[in-house]
Amino acid sequence: MKPFPKKLLVIIGEAALEKFLVRDIKRFGANGYTIAEVRGGGLNETRDAEWEGNRSIRMEIICEPTAAEKIVEHVFASYAKNFSLSLFVSDVSVVRNEKF
Amino acid sequence: MDPVVLFFLLGVIARLAKSDLRLPEALYETLSIYLLLAIGLKGGIELAKHPIAIIAPQAVAVIAMGLVLPLLAYPVLRFIGRLNNFDSASIAAHYGSVSVVTFAVGLAFVTKQGIAYEEYMPLFVALLEVPGILVGILLARLHTLKSVQWRPLMHEIFFSKAVVLLVGGLLIGWLAGPQGLDPMRGFFFDLFKGVLALFLLEMGLVAASRVKDLKQAGWFLIGFGIVIPITFAMIGATLGMLIGLSLGGTTLLAILAASASYIAAPAAMRIAVPEANPALSIGAALAITFPFNLTLGIPLYFKMAQFIHR
Repeated sequence: MKPFPKKLLVIIGEAALEKFLVRDIKRFGANGYTIAEVRGGGLNETRDAEWEGNRSIRMEIICEPTAAEKIVEHVFASYAKNFSLSLFVSDVSVVRNEKF
Repeated sequence: MDPVVLFFLLGVIARLAKSDLRLPEALYETLSIYLLLAIGLKGGIELAKHPIAIIAPQAVAVIAMGLVLPLLAYPVLRFIGRLNNFDSASIAAHYGSVSVVTFAVGLAFVTKQGIAYEEYMPLFVALLEVPGILVGILLARLHTLKSVQWRPLMHEIFFSKAVVLLVGGLLIGWLAGPQGLDPMRGFFFDLFKGVLALFLLEMGLVAASRVKDLKQAGWFLIGFGIVIPITFAMIGATLGMLIGLSLGGTTLLAILAASASYIAAPAAMRIAVPEANPALSIGAALAITFPFNLTLGIPLYFKMAQFIHR
């Protein structure tokens, strides 16, 4: 079975962004995503999910490199200024090319 | 002091002492759903007993109060506190909207005092959730109204957990009536105070964890978080008397006016006004106003209502 190269894009950010991120990634050509609720801290604050206003999510998206590039650009331009946000991209291989 | 407040203080102490006490997120969520529904149901049952002709004008006056309060808070924040437009509008929205848990503690207080109140008051809680938030958004976006994406925003505001459960509870209580809800009485009404106590333990942990935000908020917001609730309580108490509420109802309206939202408003403002620093509004609402109202505020607002009703 031949693996196909894709990008894994991981966005860790405020839970308030979830709806918008889901809408945006689809618009830029990603087919699917996985979201988990997470806790953590960074340079400026600790987000320990103790009540509604303090929740964070980790969103994983596997997609074509061109889509990943567009999503990264858009997410940084739209949300990075005002929201707690981390984002990284790595190379992955998938088996079912048509799914992503 | 009502014993439920002691649970809140226990939570505060536990967090300040860096205890490992932590309520599971799912339990917090469950307790908050329970409280919102129980408050709604109780109000709904009573709603059916009163003619709309009496309640409707009161409801209009209460909504008007919800629209005016943030307009009073905004200039104080903007011109005395010298905060920027976004932070001023966001904080004004938090103080214009209401805290359901503060109201629940108020209910426990008036019940313990043995004074009667209009038992449909939960209707006013539901009505006061939204106007403050809307005015806050308008204040923040007055110059750039066209850039606001109203559709997702309105959805967030009108279908937020608090509004859905309060309004849903009111409707179910109204439709089912006392007989219909009797089999659930043990669960929704008799257990209420125990659940409130457990929820307040969690709120103590949350409020104390926001104390660090006060470093950013500074002395002005700490003072604001105490002076504004007292001022707003006076407005609420006066309005309560003017619209013909009893002593208990007047006290509860004063408590609602004094309370600051920390569930619906932060969620809506984060989306509508992301430029605003949430540490400021949440620090003031949760670390200052909420504990103040629970401990000193509620008895003080009761005294105000007594004074007005002399």
